[in-house]
Amino acid sequence: MTDNLVLRVVAKLLIPPILLFALYVQMHGDYGPGGGFQAGVIFGAGLILYGLVFGTHAVRSVAPPRLLAIIASLGMLLYAGVGIASMIAGGSFLEYGALSLDATHGNHVGIIIIEIGVGIAVAAVMTIIFCVLAE
Amino acid sequence: MEPEAQGPSAIDIYVDILLLVLLVAAALVVVTLRNMLAAALVLGIYSLVMAALWVVLDAVDVAFTEAAVGAGVTTVFMLLAIAATGRHEKIAHRRPLPAIAASLAVGGLLIYGTLDLPGFGDPEAPAQQHVAPHYLEHGEAETGVPNIVTAVLASYRGFDTLGEVTVIFTAGMGVLLLLGIARRRREGAGASEGGSEGERDRE
Repeated sequence: MTDNLVLRVVAKLLIPPILLFALYVQMHGDYGPGGGFQAGVIFGAGLILYGLVFGTHAVRSVAPPRLLAIIASLGMLLYAGVGIASMIAGGSFLEYGALSLDATHGNHVGIIIIEIGVGIAVAAVMTIIFCVLAE
Repeated sequence: MEPEAQGPSAIDIYVDILLLVLLVAAALVVVTLRNMLAAALVLGIYSLVMAALWVVLDAVDVAFTEAAVGAGVTTVFMLLAIAATGRHEKIAHRRPLPAIAASLAVGGLLIYGTLDLPGFGDPEAPAQQHVAPHYLEHGEAETGVPNIVTAVLASYRGFDTLGEVTVIFTAGMGVLLLLGIARRRREGAGASEGGSEGERDRE
């Protein structure tokens, strides 16, 4: 597929908007449809499209699976870390309300952080599975 | 099929019928196709129709996920798996009558079970009576998040979502450890395999 000019040009045009749209879905999940999971899948799909058209070695040079494994773990830790942080702040596990003096504000902040954790982990895992399967 | 609903909801029924017919058609095509490559692509179409159905049901968050995961990423994963294993299904010489009978029996039981379910959107249904009214009335005030789906998934059901992310994480690590490391070991053991690897890459 690497030799197909149309695919290469279209992929180059499409990948940046796909990645940008993923970030939009991530940050806009509070107000519209979407959230960390969908954003992660879309971001992963952008990288997978890159890999399909330009070869797995291209994806591996951008995002080596070893680094992706660390990123996926960081996403998980970020999520669970918010839970621990709420416990330290005096609430129960994942009770984000305790993170701030104003419970609503704490809840909102907690939701945004765990959504970022979900997004990072999902995007990394999708790309890992693609890289390993496509070899 | 009775056009009992008037006005804007009548078109909903026709859209539902059209989408459900497409859904069943796609499912039957997937079952009958012998070419796995085509079957994987039709399965992607099935997911896209399903996503449209979620939109009709006003479940846009689910539709989003279905379109991105079902129609997009999963199709690519299946194509890669087929590329690694072979694109033609083994033809079974025996007719799998017990399997067909079991499928029909379970399917029939499930359909029989739906007869006891409350009607679509029934306000008296237990699902609408339990915690849902609290989420809808106080969700935005308690979490500061207007999208109630995000509020429920990330805050009220935050522990469940943590579990879901753990499942995805475990799947990724499992694939990496099972396939990634086994492959690397094989490549390290036999350098003569380089030729066949190259051929597979070109496909």
